[in-house]
Amino acid sequence: MDAVIDYFDPVLSNLDLFGSGLLRSLGICLWAMVGSLVLGTVIAAFRVSPIPALQAFGTAWVTIWRNSPLSVVLFFMAFGIPAVGINASFYTFGIIGLVIYTSAFVCEALRSGINSVQAGQAEAARAIGLTFTQSLTQIILPQAFRTSVPPVGSVIIAMFKNSAVVGAFGVGQDLFSIQKNLVSAQGFRYIPVLTGVAVGYLIITLTASVVLEVLERKVAIAR
Amino acid sequence: MRIIRSKAAVAFSALALTLTACGSDSSTPEVEVVDNPEFAAGSTMAKLSEAGSIKVGTKFDQPGFGLVGLDDEVQGFDVEVAKIIAGALGIAPENVEFSPATSDIREQVIEDGAVDMVVATYTINDERAERITFAGPYYTAGQQLMVKSDNDTVSGPEDLNDPDITVCSVTGSTPSEQIKEYLADESQLVLFDIYDKCAESLANGQVDVVTTDNVILLGFVANSDGDFKLVGEQFTDEPYGIGIAKGDVEFCNFINETLAANEDKYVEAWDATAGQNEGTETPALPEPNECK
Repeated sequence: MDAVIDYFDPVLSNLDLFGSGLLRSLGICLWAMVGSLVLGTVIAAFRVSPIPALQAFGTAWVTIWRNSPLSVVLFFMAFGIPAVGINASFYTFGIIGLVIYTSAFVCEALRSGINSVQAGQAEAARAIGLTFTQSLTQIILPQAFRTSVPPVGSVIIAMFKNSAVVGAFGVGQDLFSIQKNLVSAQGFRYIPVLTGVAVGYLIITLTASVVLEVLERKVAIAR
Repeated sequence: MRIIRSKAAVAFSALALTLTACGSDSSTPEVEVVDNPEFAAGSTMAKLSEAGSIKVGTKFDQPGFGLVGLDDEVQGFDVEVAKIIAGALGIAPENVEFSPATSDIREQVIEDGAVDMVVATYTINDERAERITFAGPYYTAGQQLMVKSDNDTVSGPEDLNDPDITVCSVTGSTPSEQIKEYLADESQLVLFDIYDKCAESLANGQVDVVTTDNVILLGFVANSDGDFKLVGEQFTDEPYGIGIAKGDVEFCNFINETLAANEDKYVEAWDATAGQNEGTETPALPEPNECK
């Protein structure tokens, strides 16, 4: 038992560092979650809208971002945008990159939910005189959200883990960067430190899983 | 048997010399390969010498110290230092097997026995010395600041005490830790995994200052077409050591003696590699630390 405690000493004696890294990562995750849910919903609305220009925009958006590697997207954020003269903090760039990338996945998960709503619902909404926006926001989306909880949840959890990549683009001090700090500057062993990092991410993702499960049960509908 | 072996070794090293002489790359200085050296039985030196090859961990992405070129050969000052030590063991340069040792795995590869020594811009510090033994130092670098040429607000680390100035370095590096005391706020520090990203961010104005060991910065200044410059004096000492297995005092002493006996080769190695950058000074071999 003492040997185990000794082995994990790099983690136990740096709990404050892991704690601040966890908070930093959590901040990135929460901002990116809110952003990508909102943006993903808007893009999904574009894709199902009757206006061809919006449809084309939505399709192009999903095609581009869903098929680009995240690190490439973040690279363009951190080095491409400043190269054309727009400067912001790397933290902002990192979150924007994560939001854009994840929004494509949220959009598609949501669209599968929208497609699962029977066509009769939309027809009935139009028949009673609702506009497209009204029928989407009041009839279709509320039903679509319910069916989309599991797939959107998976996308969000994947995004939480992707947030580790943001650390390599100037954000730093996040949970994953802590690892480099401890292993390379202070010469601690890899395995115990990485175990600590893994536990940190598990704290975030497992909490998210529990919240999702509760949410799923709450919004479940009998069909 | 012994005689035949040494004859073969002579023939081989003669061949190797001819090959090197004819080789296309004239930038790498020749290394003296000692013929059939004698070592105490059971020592690391005897084992390596007997095997006729040595495994060395080094940086593969550090201009001037250890950088892999298009020909897949790693070149730089660290590489040459490793070859000098190998030569004293009777190992010809082509029998030195280099493998990449990034900052975060240097202790690990030594402990695992994956390499016999690590020569990789490896700053000697107490935490690292807990896990491995350092021979050397063979070079003392110092931390400095690099800014854009048109920047005249920053002239030394004292000027960084301003929350609006952002400073770039590499995650987990010693310079990134040491710069903290000069900053007004830790959020001024921007960290990447490699220095190229810092240089890119400096070029496009995302950060104001890049800080690390001066020899690394000089490489960037040399490649920037006059866009970057160094400011201020070097404000830390970074003694570079050679990492070997913990407690191998004999090997450590051997390395220190070898370096001391080969100062001319050491200077040649510097001039052919990191010394090529404008503004560098040829170093004198530092006094070695006590081996422990």
